[in-house]
Amino acid sequence: MTDYWSMVFVFVLATFIGLGVIRRVSRLLYTPLMSLTNAISAIAVVGSLAVAGADHPTSIRILGAVALFASMTNIVSGFLITYRMLRMFKKQ
Amino acid sequence: MTQAIAQVAAIAATALFIFALYWMNDPKTARRGVYAGVLGMAVAVLATWVQPEIVHHGWILAAIAAGFVVGVPLSRVPLTAVPQRTALSHAFGGLAAGLVGAAEFSLWLRAGPAQFTTFRTSALVVEVILGFLTFTGSLMAAGKLQEVRWIPQRPVTYPGQNFVNLGVLGAALVLGVLLVLHPTAPSARTVFPVIMGLATLFGVLLIIPIGGADMPTVISILNAYAGLSAVAMGFVLDNKLLVTAGALDGSSGLILSIIMCRAMNRSFANVLFGAFGTVQKVKVIGEQKEWKQESIEGAAQLLEQARLVVIIPGYGMAVAQAQHKVRELYDQLTKRGVTVQFAIHPVAGRMPGHMNVLLAEANIPYTALVEMDEINPEMSQCDVALVIGANDVVNPAARYAQGSPIYGMPIIDADKAKTVLAIKRSKNPGFAGIDNELYVKDNTWMLFGDAKQVIGDLVKQFAGGGLH
Repeated sequence: MTDYWSMVFVFVLATFIGLGVIRRVSRLLYTPLMSLTNAISAIAVVGSLAVAGADHPTSIRILGAVALFASMTNIVSGFLITYRMLRMFKKQ
Repeated sequence: MTQAIAQVAAIAATALFIFALYWMNDPKTARRGVYAGVLGMAVAVLATWVQPEIVHHGWILAAIAAGFVVGVPLSRVPLTAVPQRTALSHAFGGLAAGLVGAAEFSLWLRAGPAQFTTFRTSALVVEVILGFLTFTGSLMAAGKLQEVRWIPQRPVTYPGQNFVNLGVLGAALVLGVLLVLHPTAPSARTVFPVIMGLATLFGVLLIIPIGGADMPTVISILNAYAGLSAVAMGFVLDNKLLVTAGALDGSSGLILSIIMCRAMNRSFANVLFGAFGTVQKVKVIGEQKEWKQESIEGAAQLLEQARLVVIIPGYGMAVAQAQHKVRELYDQLTKRGVTVQFAIHPVAGRMPGHMNVLLAEANIPYTALVEMDEINPEMSQCDVALVIGANDVVNPAARYAQGSPIYGMPIIDADKAKTVLAIKRSKNPGFAGIDNELYVKDNTWMLFGDAKQVIGDLVKQFAGGGLH
């Protein structure tokens, strides 16, 4: 049986780290911040991968594959567009 | 062995994601953040892929390839379309969470009642509700931002709207509680899809009454939901990496939502259930004044003789795609020794940071972009405030006009500048449907026309030697 309290514990700590780090993000960069966190939360990719790739019935693997496609789209477009926008911020 | 790989990878990926966000605190280090994020993601994906239970590699490769085919073009959209791209990616995030939740549910049904512990079933209900409402809500938001024809741009309201919306959400939650209490009842197979359907419907209903000016807040809230649905997925799958990465995204969305709400002096509930833009007309205070129009030549002269010019951009600049012309004007003025600064209101545009990205695209150095709180004390030193397609964020009525939808909203004090030049497309009032008394002040001069056209004409005045 899984230790659910440790999961909740991890969640609370990660939220506090997130709040501390995000609060310091430059206000100039809120748009790229959003596309970056978007790509990071596409970590749902690991869940989708497990559903799509394991030996489950086909109908379930189809759900997993669509989810994997959606997450992968976010990873690719999220990181690429963040990089593209950040390259535009120049000092002079 | 592979178990250990997965654990180490999860720790490494979490650390890399935290560094990625940490480096976003300065434009100088921000690009490093993207590398860290990509590395963390690659580690996480590979460590999952090598697990022994993954056997259908063809499916995975196909789905990943499809993700690249769609993702690469989505990363190359013009920067004015970044808000709708962002909304679309929240939709994809919600969809992934919802689908994985649905897949897990049917797997558990096959595996037997032992799977349905109270904790896991609750997490599953939260995952599918958040996932599917984020999916349709974000699709609607993206549609509104892209101005898709069959989605109305203006807020759509009807009597009893909040009652209907909360009823749909409440029904989904009640069914969710029932499912948690009786997960193995025969009715569970029907209840679960109904919850999915209600969440899908709620997402649509939630966005229908939202107007353009509320989009920065709504996009931030949907961002938080997308992150939280990933957290719920982590609880369901017993995966700590999903929980940490989702929590980082969720807290980012939360902070942005709070900043956006504060910048409009509104609460979450008011944004989601208040239907901005449908508010009653406010009575005009004092006598009705007339606009004063200025010629291009006159405006150019005013700008040239100024020492400090503050440019206040708004959504109108984005619509007119005027940022490159603004850059030319910036060059012409700085060449003549005029100090030019840009005053950025937090909710200018359609998403957080929208104006900064557009101006950076036009090669305006980010050191010239100043936040509202920093520029306001300097506004009395400002010789010319040039308002480009901004309206509500410079409306002095926000300071005193109780009952006005923008009352209490912090504004950029354009009216305190010695002279105000305002470029406006038409003589209609702004988004909130309120007259802007800034435009009829004694020291305000209007330039009517498309922002790109007007600024282009100004630049021509400077470049063509019309002025000496």
